[in-house]
Amino acid sequence: MLTNGHLVWLILFAPLLAAAAIMLFTRRLPRVSAGLSIGAVVLGFVLSLKLFVAVLQGEAVVAPSVVWLDLAGWQLVWAATVDRLSALMLLVVTGVGATIHVYSLGYMRGDSGFARFFGCLALFMFSMLGIVLAANFIQMFIFWELVGVSSYLLIGFWFERPSAAEAGKKAFIVNRIGDFGFLLGILLIGALAGTFNFAELAAKWPALGLSSGVLALAAGLIFCGAVGKSAQFPLHVWLPDAMEGPTPVSALIHAATMVAAGVYMLCRVAWLLAASPEIMNLIAWTGGLTALMAALIAVAQRDIKRILAYSTLSQLGYMVMAVGLGATTEAMFHLTTHAFFKALLFLGAGSVIIALHHEQDIFKMGGLARKMPVTFVTFLIGTLALGGIWPLAGFYSKDAILLAEMDANRPLFVMALITAGLTGFYMARALIVAFLGQARDQKVAGHAHESPLVVTLPLVLLAIMSVIAGWHEEIPHFLKPDFHEHPHGVGILLGFLAIPLAGFLLAWLLYRRGPADDARLRSLLGPLYGLLENKFYVDEFYLFLVNRVQGGLAALCAGLDLVLVRGLGVGGVSGLARLAGWCVRLLQGGSLRFYLLATILGVAAFLLWIGR
Amino acid sequence: MTVYDAMFWFFSLALLLCGVLVLISRDAVASALFMVLGFIFLAGLYLLLEAWFLALIQILVYAGAIMVLFLFVVMLLDFREKRRWWHGNLLGWLGAPLAVAALLAALLPVLKRAGALADAPEKWFEGTLENVMTPVFTRYLLPVEVTALILLAATIGVVVLGRKETKP
Amino acid sequence: MMHVGLEHYLAVSGALFALGLACIVLRRNALLVFMGLELNLNAANLALVAFSRYGGHAEGQVLATFIIAIAAAEVAIGLAIIVALFRRRATIVTDLLRSLKG
Repeated sequence: MLTNGHLVWLILFAPLLAAAAIMLFTRRLPRVSAGLSIGAVVLGFVLSLKLFVAVLQGEAVVAPSVVWLDLAGWQLVWAATVDRLSALMLLVVTGVGATIHVYSLGYMRGDSGFARFFGCLALFMFSMLGIVLAANFIQMFIFWELVGVSSYLLIGFWFERPSAAEAGKKAFIVNRIGDFGFLLGILLIGALAGTFNFAELAAKWPALGLSSGVLALAAGLIFCGAVGKSAQFPLHVWLPDAMEGPTPVSALIHAATMVAAGVYMLCRVAWLLAASPEIMNLIAWTGGLTALMAALIAVAQRDIKRILAYSTLSQLGYMVMAVGLGATTEAMFHLTTHAFFKALLFLGAGSVIIALHHEQDIFKMGGLARKMPVTFVTFLIGTLALGGIWPLAGFYSKDAILLAEMDANRPLFVMALITAGLTGFYMARALIVAFLGQARDQKVAGHAHESPLVVTLPLVLLAIMSVIAGWHEEIPHFLKPDFHEHPHGVGILLGFLAIPLAGFLLAWLLYRRGPADDARLRSLLGPLYGLLENKFYVDEFYLFLVNRVQGGLAALCAGLDLVLVRGLGVGGVSGLARLAGWCVRLLQGGSLRFYLLATILGVAAFLLWIGR
Repeated sequence: MTVYDAMFWFFSLALLLCGVLVLISRDAVASALFMVLGFIFLAGLYLLLEAWFLALIQILVYAGAIMVLFLFVVMLLDFREKRRWWHGNLLGWLGAPLAVAALLAALLPVLKRAGALADAPEKWFEGTLENVMTPVFTRYLLPVEVTALILLAATIGVVVLGRKETKP
Repeated sequence: MMHVGLEHYLAVSGALFALGLACIVLRRNALLVFMGLELNLNAANLALVAFSRYGGHAEGQVLATFIIAIAAAEVAIGLAIIVALFRRRATIVTDLLRSLKG
């Protein structure tokens, strides 16, 4: 009889089996491949639902574990963590994943790499579920890296496009920086505590009596991993470029699930962060800064997917900020609702992109509302949810975070409010410019028509979830049965509601006439617009850093290598050998006269010696 | 300066001059002819040393037979180098002074002590046929036989080398 | 000027030998190299005869006789080799004959 514990492993390994089967056997059979992948994730979703119910009813689900490494006095056990946190996350990952898998059927139709796409997607599902279920740091790190690999594969899915290949590399390399810190942190914790298991560590860590410096170092290094994976400043640069991947990938990996893995991981190790107030502060400020900066950049972007990407960055910043203030429940709440409406927005954008034959510039769109009603309505729902309008999901989760901040950290609270306003503005801008008014480019937007059912059905499902996910604050109560929202009055809530509405209004005033370009905003913001348009020149700064500083160091090393190692070391040795070889070669050169000369000199030397 | 001395200087300088001409002549025929001339002057030096028999042999065998053989081969081959010998001859220009210097360095000590080796004039050896050949056919009979064998071997060798090459 | 003695003959012998060496090393024609060799042999003969004369013993001139006999054999063989070489390779420039190089 399969217990719920066995089901956990079935959820995890079904996508792996699907991925292996696709890659090994059915690469030439797109329909079968898609069926395998979708079947695995739907199975995962159903089982996750069963698990969720079991956890909700208070059943202690224990997955069978295997001793993986058995060293002297030290064991590494392959196990799964099944608690409220991971049950919720499983549901989000498989639920959003399932809708996006179905959506991919429509989006990727006719692509030559159709089967490969579903194979990579299944591999990603496996890796992501592995992170969610990981019971120790080693397990988590393995899946953490697997997620990185599958993300790389999917960003560079259209690898024949140089920009996609570059973006894949960029994501991988930037993540590498964060993961390096993460691995160091894991090793440090393992060395200090003697175990990698989360449950044991949570009990043991505060009792170790470590100095505050060591505690901060461990927490900071672990946070590095989240900075890379969740694309927080200063490692945020990879996420916007990752939009080179197919849109379902952007929705699933770079909006709903993978980038949320960093936040999930921070929630999982909350005991570690809580031990170091300085790092908590750092995390909160990093999140706040990322949220504000990304929202500002999003204001000046023209590419619909990039707007959503910066919006994702901004919302991730919110979550990280919440974690930094100790509000992990609120962070997970926002993570969940964000997964729904951000996936919805991305899929809506994808629907538009299909209809416009891969045109992504919002200033070439316009007037799509009448041609694509389902997409428009669902996109509108997503926009309102993201903006935090009552009674949609975003309102509840965002307000939970804002309320948690209000008393804890006033400067961050103000930053978060500004971000909320900006969020309303840039989302309304995208919506108004893309969907309302008249088509700006007849060739592009004139002949658009609604996408097929396989695309719109996931949109509708996600839109429903975006509406209801926040109601009654069921999710935080599930995570933390004694969850209480911070006390507040209705006035404050109205204030929270007014700020994004002001953003919407401003966007409406600026764009309601359907301007051909962004000149009004440009003149309004002045030089700031250029700064935002160029993403604060962070990429250029990194490029400078790599080209000049690292390039200079590399040139220096190369010079030293050329002169010292190659010139004197290798060159010296080889030169000596060559000289000796030249001398010896003369002796064997076949030159009769040289032989005679050598003989004469030899005899003369002999005579001199005996005639001393 | 006695007549003896004058003759010594004449023969030796003429000999060395011939040697130099052998060395520098472009034409191998000229070299061979200068060599013959030089050997005749050498025979003169042998006469001054009262080596009558060897002077005769030098003229008859060396200048007369061996060098004629040389001349014969030189003319038979009629070979001319494409380049003059002093052109592009780094090895020669570097090696020759080195070899000469090394030789002189080795010989100088011997030359310095040579005066002491000379015996009293009444004991000086006179190279008549009888004086030279008596030891050859008595004490050195075995080397004579060996020399004869070597000459035989050389004869056979020349015949073998001179044969037209036939395909095996 | 001192009276001519053993050292004078030895000096002439040495000079002749040096000329022979120079001829060997300087010239690229195998025949000239061979002639240099002959000069060397005659320089040695001169030294032997001079030693024999001033030393008052026969062995020097006996040895010189043998040398002349052996030289005859050597010249015969050497010239035969050069002729064979020329027949086969069409040259007797030593610098071009390098097939024995290692």
